[in-house]
Amino acid sequence: MVRKMICISCPLGCHLEVDCSDMNDIKVSGNTCPRGKIYGINEVTAPKRMVTSSVKVNGSDAVLVSVKTSEPVPKDKIFECLDVIKTISVDAPVKIGDVLYENICGCGSNIVATKHADKI
Amino acid sequence: MKTCDLVIIGGGPAGLAAAKAAYDCGVRDMIILEREAQLGGILNQCIHNGFGLHTFKEELTGPEYAQRYIDMVLERNIPYKLDSTVINIDKNRVVTYVNEEDGLQKVQAKAVILSCGCRERPRGAINIAGARVAGVYSAGTAQKLVNIDGFMPGKEVVILGSGDIGLIMARRMTFEGASVKAVVELMPYSSGLNRNIVQCLNDFNIPLKFSHTVVDIKGKDGRVSSVVIAQVDDKLKPIMETAEEIQCDTLLLSVGLLPENELAGYADVNLSPITGGAVVNDKMMTSVEGIFECGNVLHVHDLVDFVSEESEHAGKCAAEYIAKGCGSSEKIPVKGVNGVRYVVPQIINKDDDFEPISLKMRVGNVFKNVEVAVMLDGEKIASKKKQIVTPGEMETIVLKSDLVQKVKNGANVEVTLIGR
Ligand SMILES: Cc1cc2nc3c(=O)[nH]c(=O)nc-3n(C[C@H](O)[C@H](O)[C@H](O)COP(=O)(O)OP(=O)(O)OC[C@H]3O[C@@H](n4cnc5c(N)ncnc54)[C@H](O)[C@@H]3O)c2cc1C
Ligand code: SF4
Repeated sequence: MVRKMICISCPLGCHLEVDCSDMNDIKVSGNTCPRGKIYGINEVTAPKRMVTSSVKVNGSDAVLVSVKTSEPVPKDKIFECLDVIKTISVDAPVKIGDVLYENICGCGSNIVATKHADKI
Repeated sequence: MKTCDLVIIGGGPAGLAAAKAAYDCGVRDMIILEREAQLGGILNQCIHNGFGLHTFKEELTGPEYAQRYIDMVLERNIPYKLDSTVINIDKNRVVTYVNEEDGLQKVQAKAVILSCGCRERPRGAINIAGARVAGVYSAGTAQKLVNIDGFMPGKEVVILGSGDIGLIMARRMTFEGASVKAVVELMPYSSGLNRNIVQCLNDFNIPLKFSHTVVDIKGKDGRVSSVVIAQVDDKLKPIMETAEEIQCDTLLLSVGLLPENELAGYADVNLSPITGGAVVNDKMMTSVEGIFECGNVLHVHDLVDFVSEESEHAGKCAAEYIAKGCGSSEKIPVKGVNGVRYVVPQIINKDDDFEPISLKMRVGNVFKNVEVAVMLDGEKIASKKKQIVTPGEMETIVLKSDLVQKVKNGANVEVTLIGR
């Protein structure tokens, strides 16, 4: 079976054709770079997405500090991860790259800050 | 009056990159004026990832990308003023700004870079009929409410317009527990990036209705209660028989961005009716000597990486202008024809440094299997083959030095589509 899809690994959005008639030898075409091949294979085996959101921050001018998953998480765990992210709150100061939560939902991905929040 | 070599208006990615480049080319007497309480511009509210692959070879979120450039400005000790709004510039480059500390100030600048970004087209600009009720927001305003202020504008959402901000907000609202009923797009194609249709709509089964528009907004107790959408014909007129009502409490408008060019207007800068930004030459200089423009105020960019690149170039050219003044005054127009809606820069200024020129363009419609080509007096000198070109994605063709050298005064330079 050949699946057509759009690579989302960069804004170019290449149109991929992923031949998964043999799941042990998945063939990807239409990709401009190697990331497209990895994306195509993941998409038919274990699709993953980056999750970005924000968490509450205490003791800063800002109300929220933005966060992301350090690695893409399985697509079917996105909402589980978001439920956990909603419970996180942190104290200022926060720096970009600070790990605010480890191994979210057992996905092996951490929640890291993507913005500075100074203490007031 | 105070004087300053370079005044940069707007501390978003464009202003920051221009400042960094001007500094690296030797300018020291300079200042960035920013109206908000922080540097970084619109990127501060764009908390999703997708920035910087081109510039930093890694995928960053908006705030992370902004911080990289803020750090470059801080490392160089480039002065900036926050909460400072520029209210006027004139054609002699006198910049007037206000803030609490200095009150009203005038500065005579040798060069000015306009990098004030763009704003969203409001409801008034597109004329939707219906109740004047609460619950209608521009997508960018909703983005600020959710991502900066921590406030959810609604629970059941319809989005009009499938530009990137609308798509990104469809996912963001879904993440925060809202139900996004549909994204409605007037045109038969999206002006957003394909990847955003995949990861913001398809991933969450949010329907995208092409060739549809909102024809009515209904309200109850002062709040949106539903919207009526209908298909449009090929002249973009709604076909009322196809009308359907969607229950919702919120309508987000993502119907395009408009460059903020009031200031340019005060200085008598020539504006392009197509881009809404200034007409510039390959040095990013506007029709008024010493006034430069770059970033979203010049033309709307989909990728901030290209904003940074263009703005670094503007910063470098402003530095050269401060040091040496204007080069030659021979002007060769660059035209977009045959499906190419616009090209920036619109003018090549003939001089003898023959630096490569990056031509940025957008098409007016979706075309498949075409060659985007730069023609010099009818002869193809550079081109790029594309499986598909869409109005949503900017194309760039770089004219290398040897080609720039070929562009003689009086030449006819056109960018066209071959094979459409
Ligand atoms: C909502 C949204 C989502 C986006 N998503 C993406 C994405 O996913 N990926 C991507 O690569 N790009 C994205 N972009 C595009 C990218 O963010 C922009 O191209 C980039 O921010 C433009 O930079 P700029 O500096 O020209 O404008 P801005 O970031 O808008 O900065 C302009 C600055 O000028 C200031 N200013 C304006 N007028 C004055 C005045 N009179 N006096 C003083 N200061 C003034 C403003 O306060 C602002 O800080 C998005 C853009 C928007 C609007
Ligand atoms: S294949 Fe490579 S170039 Fe194409 S969209 Fe994917 S990451 Fe981008």
